[in-house]
Amino acid sequence: MTSMIIRGVQPYGEAAQDVEISDGVIARISPAGSPTGSPASAAASQKVFDVELDAAGCVLLPGLVDLHTHLREPGREDSETIATGSRAAAKGGFTCVHAMANTAPVADTAGVVEQVWRRGVDADLVDVRPVGAVTVGLQGAQLAELGAMASSAAQVRVFSDDGLCVHDPLLMRRALEYVKAFDGVVAQHAQDPRLTEGAQMNEGELSGRLGLAGWPAVAEEAIIARDVLLAEHVDSRLHVCHVSTAGSVEVVRWAKARGIRVTAEATPHHLLLTEELVASFDPIYKVNPPLRREEDVMALREAVIDGTIDIIATDHAPHPREDKDCEWAAAAMGMIGLETALPIAAQVFIESGRMDWRQLCERMSVTPARIGRVADQGAVIEVGAPANLVVWDPAQTTVVTPAMFESKSANSPYLDRTFAGAVRHVVFRGRPTVVDGQVVSGEVAS
Amino acid sequence: MLGKHLLSAADLTRDQALLILDTTSELAAVTDRSVKKLPTLRGRTVVNLFFEDSTRTRLSFELAAKRLSADVITFSAKGSSVSKGESLKDTALTLEAMGADAVIIRHGASGAPERLATAGWIDGAVLNAGDGTHEHPTQALLDAYTLRRHTRDGQGDLSGVRVVIVGDVLHSRVARSNVLLLQTLGADVTLVAPPTLLPVGVENWPCKVSYHLDDVLPDADAVMMLRVQAERMAGAYFPSTLEYSRMYGLDARRMALMSPDAIVMHPGPMNRGLEISADVADADRAVVVEQVANGVNVRMACLYLLLGGASSEGDGSQ
Repeated sequence: MTSMIIRGVQPYGEAAQDVEISDGVIARISPAGSPTGSPASAAASQKVFDVELDAAGCVLLPGLVDLHTHLREPGREDSETIATGSRAAAKGGFTCVHAMANTAPVADTAGVVEQVWRRGVDADLVDVRPVGAVTVGLQGAQLAELGAMASSAAQVRVFSDDGLCVHDPLLMRRALEYVKAFDGVVAQHAQDPRLTEGAQMNEGELSGRLGLAGWPAVAEEAIIARDVLLAEHVDSRLHVCHVSTAGSVEVVRWAKARGIRVTAEATPHHLLLTEELVASFDPIYKVNPPLRREEDVMALREAVIDGTIDIIATDHAPHPREDKDCEWAAAAMGMIGLETALPIAAQVFIESGRMDWRQLCERMSVTPARIGRVADQGAVIEVGAPANLVVWDPAQTTVVTPAMFESKSANSPYLDRTFAGAVRHVVFRGRPTVVDGQVVSGEVAS
Repeated sequence: MLGKHLLSAADLTRDQALLILDTTSELAAVTDRSVKKLPTLRGRTVVNLFFEDSTRTRLSFELAAKRLSADVITFSAKGSSVSKGESLKDTALTLEAMGADAVIIRHGASGAPERLATAGWIDGAVLNAGDGTHEHPTQALLDAYTLRRHTRDGQGDLSGVRVVIVGDVLHSRVARSNVLLLQTLGADVTLVAPPTLLPVGVENWPCKVSYHLDDVLPDADAVMMLRVQAERMAGAYFPSTLEYSRMYGLDARRMALMSPDAIVMHPGPMNRGLEISADVADADRAVVVEQVANGVNVRMACLYLLLGGASSEGDGSQ
């Protein structure tokens, strides 16, 4: 196994330390510049590491965990593969992603989820945790074999028809009940289908002016309200994907106050961008749920800060160029997000002084790992903890260009933007996957 | 001068709108001659790019361009990229390769003209001939021109002219462009529709809103009836066409509530018996046919002003 030292790094942005890693775990944390190795060893200061990473002035965080990633494989390998998506994730500071089930074929059997899981193991850059579909073929008609997926090699714990809402209240109830047997969670894409037929953007004054069919906030809020009551009724775990409206935040807050076991996520784009961008008719801004109003963005930020929204998840949704190089109505919905998530979160929550790094780690690593029941991820940085780590350099900048993406797609709404800070190094299971901002695969010696 | 493109009625300042209307008046004189042709756009290529069926708008633009001596190509691309035909981008690149000086586009997707103008696919001027449920600026211009003839003797703006627009505002590009342009020209606009057919946020539009047609008819200088599509019933916008007609249709009884000088307008094609009864459609005060004639002249004015009236590049004349 690789032995490694990260020199001068500041865990959670606190005091500078030298962090030693061996056998895939954190072996030693000592004040920066102190002799390395075991103090008992006379040759300690001479200890040689396979990999030495300089990280003076940088922040050390547990590797990020994304609960909502579209890797497109199998079926749409023209937009992303498990290998390219893993590279994008690593570059963005992630050490674990959850691959959504809306592939072709749909990840609704043990066979498909095991295949996705194995391809993730082969790529070997992040833990790829398959999400299982709730219903067969995402059709919303019949429960998929959730138990088979849970007991497969992929050990699925998160189930979602994401992209589509489990709209039938009876099926949703049954799914919530059924997953209790293996401590699973149903991650709901909250969107009433009837209220959003043909919907193109947030419904409001702007949609009326632009003549684009509206996606009303109530179509999300009504489903969340129903689902939290169902979760309460059957005492199960509900997770709400990509919460996008101020009203949804109120519903989730109410449910939590009532003791309902609900968790919720917000995406970086819903925390940063507003519907005004749609006025350009540039489909790069077309996403589901749609970009909302400024007041929604502000409510989501407050909810992330106070914990009503538990986690930030990317909803990384790669699309080939032709699916965005067209008129608005014809364009695909979605944006890539793995490689810009941490820069955005740092800008919105750290630079603004609204959160410290420990709190942000809760939202981007600890809690998503807990919701997904992922062992060895989202651990506190301490001796003996699994070495899944990201080194963030606040002195650098992330300049978003099409060329920067490891993702196979470039449908990012942030092109030409510059964010303060950059992911510098990433350590996955005790070995470097990103060094000085570049993805490295396999064992790397210094 | 106008901008490079005409995408939205909101693009036009009051002065620009008046310039178009005044130019239309001048060009109308040409239309009245026996030889209805000007050499202005000789050597320029104008493309009619129609992704949606609209015979009347297409013919109107075609005639307008021909009267200005432009070379006119009509490209009927029914079935856009949505239905797996050629994409808007590839169509645009084809037209660019053919040297189009202006592209007149009708498209079922809101914002398609904006996309054509700004995505970097073509260099020519883009005229919006109706996009989805967004805008139809030349319809608003021809309506303004018609209103000005009947209420302002063909001069100046529309200050204080009271216009009632009735019908499916939610899905109407005509209503959106008219609200914007008529407001720019100083008119006083009232929208009338069932609440289901008004867009969210309409209370913040620069106009008044009413659910009751009878209440607003007596004060109107003009009533503009919008086409209502019976298939809207599928979306539960109204219970039946009969109920719609009873509550929002313009019939002889309602026409009698209007002031004697007030005119009735309709962008066509009319659904006789639905939003407008036959006796109203054929009444003297109905100016529907005149709107069509004015449409050609307004579109001549737009092409003339957008293409600068100059000959093609290199000629040097102005």
